Amino acid sequence: MNVHEYQAKELLRSFGVPVPAGRLATTPAEAESAARALDAKVVVVKAQVHAGGRGKAGGIKVAKSAAEAKRLASEILGMTLRTHQTGPEGKLVRKVWIESGCEIARELYLAVVLDRAAEDLAIIASTEGGMEIEEVAERSPEKIVTVHVDPAAGLQPFHTRRVAFALGLPAASIPKLEVFLGGLYRLFTERDASLAEINPLVVTASGDLIALDCKLNFDDNALFRHADVRELRDPDEEDAREREANELDLAYVGLDGDIGCLVNGAGLAMATLDMLRAAGGSPANFLDVGGGTNQERVAAAFKLILQDPQVKAILVNIFGGIVRCDLVAEGVVAAAKELGVKVPLVVRLQGTNAAEGRAILAGSGLDITPADTFREAGERAVAAARSGKGK
Amino acid sequence: MAILCDENTKLIVQGLGKMGRFHAGLSREYHTQVVGGVAPGKGGTDVDGMPCFDTVRDAVAQTGANASVVFVPPPGAADAILEAADAGIELVVCITEGIPALDMLRVKRALRGGATRLLGPNCPGVVTPGKCRIGIMPAQITKPGPVGVVSRSGTLTYEAVDQLTRLGIGQSSCVGIGGDPIIGTTFVDALALFEADPQTQAVIMIGEIGGSAEETAAEFVKSHMKKPVVAFIAGQNAPPGKRMGHAGAIIAGGKGRASDKMEALEAAGVRVSVSPAELGETLAKRCPELRG
Repeated sequence: MNVHEYQAKELLRSFGVPVPAGRLATTPAEAESAARALDAKVVVVKAQVHAGGRGKAGGIKVAKSAAEAKRLASEILGMTLRTHQTGPEGKLVRKVWIESGCEIARELYLAVVLDRAAEDLAIIASTEGGMEIEEVAERSPEKIVTVHVDPAAGLQPFHTRRVAFALGLPAASIPKLEVFLGGLYRLFTERDASLAEINPLVVTASGDLIALDCKLNFDDNALFRHADVRELRDPDEEDAREREANELDLAYVGLDGDIGCLVNGAGLAMATLDMLRAAGGSPANFLDVGGGTNQERVAAAFKLILQDPQVKAILVNIFGGIVRCDLVAEGVVAAAKELGVKVPLVVRLQGTNAAEGRAILAGSGLDITPADTFREAGERAVAAARSGKGK
Repeated sequence: MAILCDENTKLIVQGLGKMGRFHAGLSREYHTQVVGGVAPGKGGTDVDGMPCFDTVRDAVAQTGANASVVFVPPPGAADAILEAADAGIELVVCITEGIPALDMLRVKRALRGGATRLLGPNCPGVVTPGKCRIGIMPAQITKPGPVGVVSRSGTLTYEAVDQLTRLGIGQSSCVGIGGDPIIGTTFVDALALFEADPQTQAVIMIGEIGGSAEETAAEFVKSHMKKPVVAFIAGQNAPPGKRMGHAGAIIAGGKGRASDKMEALEAAGVRVSVSPAELGETLAKRCPELRG
């Protein structure tokens, strides 16, 4: 789960990590009073959307007065921000974060991540702050230092010292980095983050360390034990269909093609997209209905797929291991009748009770194209989408 | 021979909810020795004809169990795995989906260097055709034979097994290693077991986007394997930054793409099937002598 910058900064502050003073605003008038209350030489008006690259896209501006903050906020609020992370549709800005400016002496990079390959936690540090770390990794990997931390023993002072010296901080700054990194590490482990990234970490003219921008991601699987993190979810930032699917406990990812997919199992669902591409087609979505598939879930999945106006055909690809194909067939028939599905429907049922399932489809009176093998299913769905285009 | 489990495996079930009981029943029907269940507070009772124990230690002491299958929900799953390891269980198969990644980091640290092998979590388990079923796989589609199957995905494993069986090619063992970012048995572990197993003559490996386990497996195949390996990588058309159902299936920061994994495998001499519909045929072409 992603959170906004302002939410991340409030969390960081609660773990003792220094962040600039700031206030949230949803109107230009609020932005003006926020800027006045901060009483700083300059304030920064920052668009709050779940995407990086906001500065380049015009979502971050510096104001020298409260009046200017108001004017800039009126420009940024309501704008659709298009960055390399938002896709061409962009993201609507509903909130701005008004923050005190600070004097920047150096910009560094610091993050705590879960290292899948090493199976431990890793601190990533770089002197090249303010740039995307992927870019640094590409251009000058020698400027990135990775310090592995045993998750059982936790962060030790020597880890912090290694990071400090790698970043070229003076020994006198180590206690400050201990507070900073210690807070970041505790936040990561106590709230089950999957990424805690500070970029840039600013060294001020007076030698203080401040988290100027940050990104926090949380492990969805651990949200059950963090009510405070769950509350930070912003439904406005999520794709409407993905959110609906999430509420129904279906895994859905929207794509830009025209063949709707309803599949059981994540691997088979991904492979179905690959199959359709290999057969010359273009999938409209990834959808895993999961193991406990029943009539209701199949119906809900159909509704979700049909909300996409681009869908010209639907492919149902079920390998019944645990799932019984006859139950899936009943769900398909009921949903197709209830929803009045008008696009061609290709259904492949394989595995447990597949023969019974196929008999149900054949006897339904619906115009369903059956398929036996994986390849046949893909080819027929592609053909169906092509023939459906003219209608 | 086979890997991980056979007719001598004595299995207990941790987590006797609806799913645990249902699959314990199916495993018993498949001739697996399911010797008991663990449900704290229900020790001494009987569930579906299985003796119940309060702790894994009790179950091991009284039944001689050497394997466990975990169906415990996410908040208690890490604890269940560690309890099994503490009781000296040799193979723990964790089916549970949705365990926090940090819990799994700690579990893996705790198991390091110990005698317990973990399979999963978020996996369908393992089937040794004709001999033993641990987990939730549809064993009826399998057939005893020479091909080892190892996969990060459940249903895609069934797909591959079904393709093989239809071609008359049987399997030595079918192993689902799980779709989470942090798992017990890895591709490399499973490949090493298949390489050493006299029954196995070739291996099908099914990977997916996310992480670098397939690249590591490719290095292992190149340097340590003599048996032919055929592979498929799911997610060639997955958009970056999106979690594709499995917690571990995500392309992050340009890493974990299917194309990189396919290239690494091909460079290691693995034959990679571009279409998931051609996995069985790809193997049959690579090893025509295995066709029944």
